[in-house]
Amino acid sequence: MIGLQHYLTIAAMLFVLSIVGIVINRRNLILLLMCIELMLLAVNFNFVAFSRYLGDDTGQVFVFFILTVAAAEAAIGLAILVVLFRNRRSINVQELNEMKG
Amino acid sequence: MFQTVLFYFIAAVLMGAALGVIFSRNPVHSVMFLVLAFFQSAMLWLLVEAEFLAIVLVLVYVGAVMVLFLFVVMMLDINVETVQRSLTRYAPIALGVALLMAIEMVQLIWTRSETGESAVAFAAYPEGYSNTKALGSVLYTEHVYAFEIAAVILLLAIVAAITLTMRRRPGLKIQNVARQVAVRSKDRLRVIKMDSEKKQ
Repeated sequence: MIGLQHYLTIAAMLFVLSIVGIVINRRNLILLLMCIELMLLAVNFNFVAFSRYLGDDTGQVFVFFILTVAAAEAAIGLAILVVLFRNRRSINVQELNEMKG
Repeated sequence: MFQTVLFYFIAAVLMGAALGVIFSRNPVHSVMFLVLAFFQSAMLWLLVEAEFLAIVLVLVYVGAVMVLFLFVVMMLDINVETVQRSLTRYAPIALGVALLMAIEMVQLIWTRSETGESAVAFAAYPEGYSNTKALGSVLYTEHVYAFEIAAVILLLAIVAAITLTMRRRPGLKIQNVARQVAVRSKDRLRVIKMDSEKKQ
């Protein structure tokens, strides 16, 4: 029988996979953004699963808002990326060290 | 039984797609795998009767955000050889830590089931339940302020994206409307007094 634990397990694995993606990929900024999208998806999985488990629809409303914010974040992130590429002709993460952070 | 098989199949495809996002060398392939991942997630949400969110995920995410990603990836014309990734020196540590995190989380999730059963099943919705209707009745009453803030956030994203990417090219022949409006007739036209010419 499929239940809460199955969905939480999927969410955890998805989250860990996206963390791995962020850490091992040091070349491409777009892939970083995509991994962040994947992380948000994992969080949404938790919200949906617990919303169904507790029988409370508020959790699904939260997912709705997370989707909104994620869409805004993707739009702004990609805009920054385009400006960056226009100025540097590169989106290599390792070359973006002007701020010496 | 059929649902269980379906769940495991979709979950396996989802994990494969996530791996594909991380490890594929071509960014376009990564975006495609991400589309696949979102699609599988929508199907998994359909399995637990969260229909509205599943449809929204497909329409908004696959339909709009992923297409935006695809546009940018194709527009930027990234050299695939420069993107060619050799695993960084952090890779072994990262993989170790990630494996540890995954094992711990899965352990915790599976040992904390209160009833002692292998899995806590979701309660079925009553007959005639509409997920969209239920969400709408909560969204527009209790969470109406949050809903309006979400609208403002989207507006902010539009304005920010446009202002960031808009640029003025040098040497472009365009009209300066402010100067056109501010001009007076005496700046353009000069009335001079002079004697009339003598008749020859």
